[in-house]
Amino acid sequence: MTTIAVVGTGLAGVRAAEALRADGYDGRLVLVGEEAAQPYDRPPLSKQVLLGKCESQDIALTDDDLRAVLDAEWLLGTRATALDPASRALTLADGRSLYADGVVIATGARARTLPGMPRLPGVHTLRTLDDAHRLREDLSRPGRVVVVGGGFIGAEVASSARALGHEVTIVEYEQKPLLRQLGPDAAGILGRLHTDHGVALVTGVGVTGLVGEDGVRAVELSDGRLLPADVVVVGVGAVPNTEWLTGSGVACDNGVLTDERCRTTVLGVVAAGDVAAYRCRGGRLRIEHWTNARDMPVIAAGSLLATLRGQDPMAQPVHDPLPYVWSDQYGVQLQIAGRPGVDDVLELVSGSFDDSFAAVYRRDGEISGVLAVDSPREFGRLRRDLRSAWSVR
Amino acid sequence: MIQLCPIADLTPGAVIRIARPDVPVPLALVKVGERVFCIDDTCSHETASLSDGWLDGHEIECPLHESRFDLRTGKPDCPPARRPIRTHVVQVVDGMVCVDATSLALAAETAR
Repeated sequence: MTTIAVVGTGLAGVRAAEALRADGYDGRLVLVGEEAAQPYDRPPLSKQVLLGKCESQDIALTDDDLRAVLDAEWLLGTRATALDPASRALTLADGRSLYADGVVIATGARARTLPGMPRLPGVHTLRTLDDAHRLREDLSRPGRVVVVGGGFIGAEVASSARALGHEVTIVEYEQKPLLRQLGPDAAGILGRLHTDHGVALVTGVGVTGLVGEDGVRAVELSDGRLLPADVVVVGVGAVPNTEWLTGSGVACDNGVLTDERCRTTVLGVVAAGDVAAYRCRGGRLRIEHWTNARDMPVIAAGSLLATLRGQDPMAQPVHDPLPYVWSDQYGVQLQIAGRPGVDDVLELVSGSFDDSFAAVYRRDGEISGVLAVDSPREFGRLRRDLRSAWSVR
Repeated sequence: MIQLCPIADLTPGAVIRIARPDVPVPLALVKVGERVFCIDDTCSHETASLSDGWLDGHEIECPLHESRFDLRTGKPDCPPARRPIRTHVVQVVDGMVCVDATSLALAAETAR
């Protein structure tokens, strides 16, 4: 019987398994997950989970119905440590070996940490359910919170910590948060969200150290300042989990390199989700957004099954989605689509930049992105315009 | 039966949101061709108004996270929504779109 192993049990892994079954795959299906927890969804971790508004069971990615459909062997709490390209055998951290005809790599990414920083109590990253529970515990006591990094995770954690009544400071290396992702105008608008809600924003400085012995006491900045802190949350990006593929023949460079159909450099091995750096529009994209982790595994499953069935994988659909990300901060809902360049012009379409609005980015007059605050209907309409422009590009 | 709106108010391809004290849950009314569909307006995943979403044939897309629901069955096509939304039977009586009050009351009960 054919065996397909899916390595990684986050959204991308679960979606790959789901897509394989939906595509008619009836062989053996094994899911290998590093975390012992049942698969769960990550977006609520920085919001509802931190605020104590939902628990593990509320963010489960599978239920009895889906698990029955998947009919999979679940190897949870163990990591894949190696992949042999000739036999396509996986070595697991618990010493077991697993032979597979097809492999889906969906090992995701892990939180980046500050280089050379001591691991002090009170210092957190937020990527897993365990991370969220530990941070929630620390946020249950009064204290000063410093968030390092003004990206989406940093902003959502700051918003949640503020809602819990803490004094919160965000430290951002750039002059404005999300400057490189969204350009100066939008970055200014989103920066004001923090200050309007009583969160201090310290920009244009780096973090050079953490002060404390049995627990963090302060964050040391590159300009010499010390920011007092009882809790520090580091939100400075993520690193793809590819180290285990050393020697496997699966080419990696800031992610597992794939073609437009999610195929890696090893036949019968595909990759999807945060870990995959896929070829797209003459370049390479590794997207850490939720929607990418939802949609890419469907393409990966299709091309893997085509390969295993001896069909022409080139006849399968390619992965070329319009990037989409949302964020909830301070009770405000942000939606962003496309890949606006830092120099693209932000143009208001409806509402007001001081309140709720929908806006488009333009490059040489052409729409290149959509940004909306609390305007889902208008966002949907503009995203359609962008999708048309995107598909002809 | 609860009267929702005149049938003349419905345009094919457009969605109307009905949120009133006498209606137990917010509803979305959609006319596709000559048929009128009535669904719960709130996405089964998170608080989003489906009447803000995009209509494509018999599918309505949640404006926040893009799960699409079939107006005929209420079933979502992909995550994050996993649970179907409720669909309600409507009748046109004397030019008014009406929905069965007991079916709505049941929906309100299970929504809690």
